[in-house]
Amino acid sequence: MIERKDVEHIAELADIGITGEEIEEFTHQFNAILEYFDILDQVPEGTEGGTVIYNVLREDEITPSLPLHEAIGNAHSCEEEFIRAPRVM
Amino acid sequence: MATDDPLNAFITRCHIPPSGEGRLSGLTIAVKDNISTRGVQTTCGSQILKGYVPPYDAFAVERLKAEGATIIGKTNMDEFGMGNTTENSAYGPALNPVDPTRVPGGSSGGSGAAVGAGMIPLALGTDTGGSIRCPAAFCGIVGLKPTYGRVSRYGLIAYANSLEQIGPMARTVGEVSLLMSVISAYDPRDSTAQSRPFDHTPSSDVGGCRIGVVEEFFGEGVDHRVASTVFSAIERLEELGAEIVSCSMPSMRYALAAYYTTCMSEASSNLARYDGIRYGLASDDRKQWHHAFQEERQQGFGKEVRRRIMLGTFALSTGYYGKYYVKAQMARANVRADFARLFSDVDLLAGPTMPTTAFHLGEKSDPLSSYLADILTVPANLAGVPAISVPCGTVERLPVGLQLMGRHFEDERVVDAAFAFERVVS
Repeated sequence: MIERKDVEHIAELADIGITGEEIEEFTHQFNAILEYFDILDQVPEGTEGGTVIYNVLREDEITPSLPLHEAIGNAHSCEEEFIRAPRVM
Repeated sequence: MATDDPLNAFITRCHIPPSGEGRLSGLTIAVKDNISTRGVQTTCGSQILKGYVPPYDAFAVERLKAEGATIIGKTNMDEFGMGNTTENSAYGPALNPVDPTRVPGGSSGGSGAAVGAGMIPLALGTDTGGSIRCPAAFCGIVGLKPTYGRVSRYGLIAYANSLEQIGPMARTVGEVSLLMSVISAYDPRDSTAQSRPFDHTPSSDVGGCRIGVVEEFFGEGVDHRVASTVFSAIERLEELGAEIVSCSMPSMRYALAAYYTTCMSEASSNLARYDGIRYGLASDDRKQWHHAFQEERQQGFGKEVRRRIMLGTFALSTGYYGKYYVKAQMARANVRADFARLFSDVDLLAGPTMPTTAFHLGEKSDPLSSYLADILTVPANLAGVPAISVPCGTVERLPVGLQLMGRHFEDERVVDAAFAFERVVS
């Protein structure tokens, strides 16, 4: 069973803001969803996975990249060629 | 909702001219709004990306332009692809062209609605757990989820990388095949893309093709009228020379839970990039990082996206990783093994695309009941196999889709069977 405090903790971990009303709603919904996921406890272990597709490798060659002004063009707050960010400490 | 878009199929209208001439010259196309278009707003149906203008084109968009297509809009979708109705779009739901009191399906519902209504002949969608096939079935059009790795995901804004593919949607199988041949080419910028071009002209010969009918695809929750419509379609394929075989996929029991655990986990990681700093809604840079971050994500993401990020974070957290994520990967291996076993005996698998016809707007307000509607489409994504939805009749005037799934990289065979069926019923 997930409780209110668990939902608050998960929201904190996920960096998702959440209202008091939503905590109530999400607690109820998460319990229903996780109860359904409990069927995974019945999965037999040790199955071979059939076809597994592997990554394709390529040479690590230098190719043209985006001009700086385009790369930072969607940022809201810039100083010269830097993007401003909220303070960490 | 614009007056020239009564179905709210588009988030942004545009006019992106072709860059060359080719197989799509003279044709217009719409592109789902999670596929990057240089210079044209790309929102993923989310408030958090409102105003975001990609500085580059997705590979599939480069291919469309090079082959002569004119892109006329970015289509409505469930936010980041999370949903099967388009009701999770921050820009309002798209409507079903057959019955506007119903949803067009999702998450590529805007593409489905625009093609179904005849506004455009072709559209690109993306399919993570059925998001091309569901709207194709609900809107009465054709939609193909290609084999994983057959179409480059470069420029597709990620939701669940191990499951999703860009694919074609159109009114006919021939057009779907044409569009697939345009977008399926090798691209070194996607490390999961294989060099397996789709260079194919559909053939209607299904003689000798063995088609497995999976009993679980007609089980609990599947509307009996939908089931009987699909059974009749499979009989038509038998009349055309296909051999029909009954079979079973026991891993279907776990498929939906495996799918949702996997996509939520991947989403929780992928969507961590939306911090309002490099793009998206502006975060307040006077505030402490986490406060600014949490506030921006609360305002910018809708409820379903926040639910999935939180459940994914939970499934990957210490103490629960083994119970949820690891088990989901074991279940996924079971699904892949079931497909491999069945495809050693049959060439294709057939069943309904969706368990019901299109829902009424507002009908799926509870998240779990909405998830359950994906049960027939998620297995193909878990295994990475190709799957097509082709219209096969109606129930109370609402379209029903026949789903055909094939072996890895046998998209051509899937297209051919759908083409044969389409020819005999049209």
